[in-house]
Amino acid sequence: MNNKVLQFSFRYGALIFIGLVLLFFSLYNEYFFTYGNLMDILRSISILTFVAIGVTISLTVDGFDLSVGSTVSLTTVATATMMIWYEMPLVVVIVVPLVVGAAIGLLNAFLIVKVRIPDLLATLAVMYIVSGIHKTYTKGYSIYNNMQFQDGTKAPGVMNPDFLWIGQGKLLGVPFPVLLMVIAVIGAHVFFKYTRVGRQTTMTGGNEEAARLSGVRVKRIRTWAYVASGVFAAIGGILYTARVGSGQIDAGAPMLMDAVAAVFVGYSVFGAGRPNVIGTFVGAVLTGILINGLTMLHVQYYTTDIIKGAVLVLALAVTFIHLSRRKA
Amino acid sequence: MKTGNKLEMTGIAKSFAGVRALHGVDFAVAGGQVHALLGANGAGKSTLMKILSGAYETDEGEIRINGEAVPMRSPADAKRAGIQCVYQEVDTSLVAQLSVAENIMLDRLASPKGKAWLRWGSLYQEAEAVLARIGSRIPVRKRAGDLTLAEKQIVLLARLLVEDAKFVILDEPTAPLSLEEAERLFEIMEGLKKEGIGIIFISHRLPEVARVSDRITVMRDGRIVLSEPAEQVQAGGIVRAMLGRSFEEEYPKAEVPIGDTLLEVKGLAAGHRVRGVDLAVRAGEVVAVVGLVGAGKTELSRLLFGADAAERGEIVLNGKRAKAGAPADAIRAGIVLVPEERRKEGILVGSSVLHNLSLPILRSLSRFGFISGHGERRHAEDMIGRLGIKTPSPGQLTGFLSGGNQQKVAIGKWMRTDADVFLFDEPTKGVDVGAKRDIFRIIGELAGQGKGIVYLTCEFAEALGLADRILVMCDGRFVKQFARGEATQEDLLLYASAGREELA
Repeated sequence: MNNKVLQFSFRYGALIFIGLVLLFFSLYNEYFFTYGNLMDILRSISILTFVAIGVTISLTVDGFDLSVGSTVSLTTVATATMMIWYEMPLVVVIVVPLVVGAAIGLLNAFLIVKVRIPDLLATLAVMYIVSGIHKTYTKGYSIYNNMQFQDGTKAPGVMNPDFLWIGQGKLLGVPFPVLLMVIAVIGAHVFFKYTRVGRQTTMTGGNEEAARLSGVRVKRIRTWAYVASGVFAAIGGILYTARVGSGQIDAGAPMLMDAVAAVFVGYSVFGAGRPNVIGTFVGAVLTGILINGLTMLHVQYYTTDIIKGAVLVLALAVTFIHLSRRKA
Repeated sequence: MKTGNKLEMTGIAKSFAGVRALHGVDFAVAGGQVHALLGANGAGKSTLMKILSGAYETDEGEIRINGEAVPMRSPADAKRAGIQCVYQEVDTSLVAQLSVAENIMLDRLASPKGKAWLRWGSLYQEAEAVLARIGSRIPVRKRAGDLTLAEKQIVLLARLLVEDAKFVILDEPTAPLSLEEAERLFEIMEGLKKEGIGIIFISHRLPEVARVSDRITVMRDGRIVLSEPAEQVQAGGIVRAMLGRSFEEEYPKAEVPIGDTLLEVKGLAAGHRVRGVDLAVRAGEVVAVVGLVGAGKTELSRLLFGADAAERGEIVLNGKRAKAGAPADAIRAGIVLVPEERRKEGILVGSSVLHNLSLPILRSLSRFGFISGHGERRHAEDMIGRLGIKTPSPGQLTGFLSGGNQQKVAIGKWMRTDADVFLFDEPTKGVDVGAKRDIFRIIGELAGQGKGIVYLTCEFAEALGLADRILVMCDGRFVKQFARGEATQEDLLLYASAGREELA
């Protein structure tokens, strides 16, 4: 009996919890459950979801990427400076940060796969380096239209309106970043479930040695996983710039913990017990609902962290109690 | 000579999941005596010793020391009773960063009853004295991590003296040692004897057993089959007792025409486990590589498969030199391995049978990078039927299958690759009789299709039943070759345990 309750809570606990939270906020505030507000919630988590998909990929190969937050920061200012400092065409504005993200991923992969530094330590070091680069590059200033330099001159460029549409525009009444997010979630899910490389990635995380002895080129797989993690973080950085219309300094700093929390909440969705894209999306949605709803309750912004943390502990407790029972 | 201590185990019985591992075993050792305990793999020696050292609890029977029954519920009980065990993995018992002296006195240093302040001078002196008692002169200030394997064993033995051990279990202490080092160890054992310590000595090397033991006991199938003073038994008698009447297992050995050479290996070497191996395997041929545990068979199979890097030597497959950088290269060249560590290396226990079976052939099951769900399922159902894998559905997690069915999955994943050479490393380990027969049948079929088979095993009966040719491996080298029907189990055991010193 007790066991059945546990099984059930492991499978559907996260979804039921989201349902209860939705119900609670809807009853509390009539404005909460409206199309406009729900779209706001989804738009607010679109950036987080991209970063969290990257974290999901690195966790899938049994690794960890702590550098995603600072990658978001660096790519945010890289995107903004491409337009404001250098007046580059839209293609360059988008390609440069993607290349930067991939390069950071390659550096991580080199340190972890080739030099064999443990993943947490290697990406911690890279996090510092990237964070330092992004502050050195901007001299610690945020990047905005025609910003003034220290020597009194002004930056030549402004934000490209086409670019801003990526973050602020709508298509068929749906915010464009929400569409991108849905495409990315479905794409990543299909990738892991139906493609050869996706399957090899999952198997590498399941047991690297067994996968290697089955002919999977595990080094190659782990390398691509870190590159993908960097690229997804870079997409997050591009969206961030397009959304706020400037290159904020340290934009990605809170992103790491939120993304990791979303992924671990995702462990408990449908009783997966391992990183999975759909679960990550559910985790991100839960984060968005909580922040939005609590703001409506006039809970202070900083206090929401306590609640986010408590939810994370709850999800982890359900997951790990279940996993250790299954082993026993 | 101090004697007097007497350890007796009477009527010890133990079952695992309904299978009897020990049937009422009596075993005794006296202080100042070396009692050798022999037996083939799975005879029950390690179970018996684990009961004695408190790792397992016995189902029946009792353990007495000097006539007094001692309950043995945990390793701590055994230590309190003065029973110590030195395992093969000496590194796990030593603290590499500390000096020899500190390691010897570790028990006293770690004990809560010890003094709060250390007197280094007397610590070193005492450690030196202990080493001298067993006739060793290892510098006590040296870091334990810098010692050779043999010296580490001696340090552990010295620690036993400090801990007032009365009885010591030495589990294959000579397996990793060179002859000279083993010789040193025997002198140390002599020293322990003089201290009145009773030694239970487990070894596979028969000549040394005959030399150092006072009494020899042989186990087979969970029973004592021979127990006599050492001078009254001959090597041949021991071997016969270990093997017993040979089990008449059925080996479906089909006559297959043997074709051209598929695999040729020259001078393959890595580390001290594989020291220069030459091997040729022909189409349709089953080549068995037999040897005791630790002879280097597993290491050899991993080198052939590219799982570990070889230091020297070359592997030629179908006339082409195979680059053995990674298993993926070996698979492409046409060599596949069913590894010994099934649950860790052969299959992914957390993944379904379906995904395990398709992993090596995903490329041929996919189109434009997308896996054909239909094709994958058909392949899995086909393999489940052909190999007789007992599973409720292809989606079942492989970890929930029985050992034999897991092994069939580990074999089945290679069936649809175009491999020419199949390496099997102890494929019947932990597998029930029915699954064993299925595995032999599969191997026969593969040979019939003109594949080359390398069957690495320590089960001599299997090698004799299955192989066209048997190579005996000992200490990283092939020491003897037999054609089918030429050898008996006794021959194989003799060559596998005597090693090269007997052949020289």
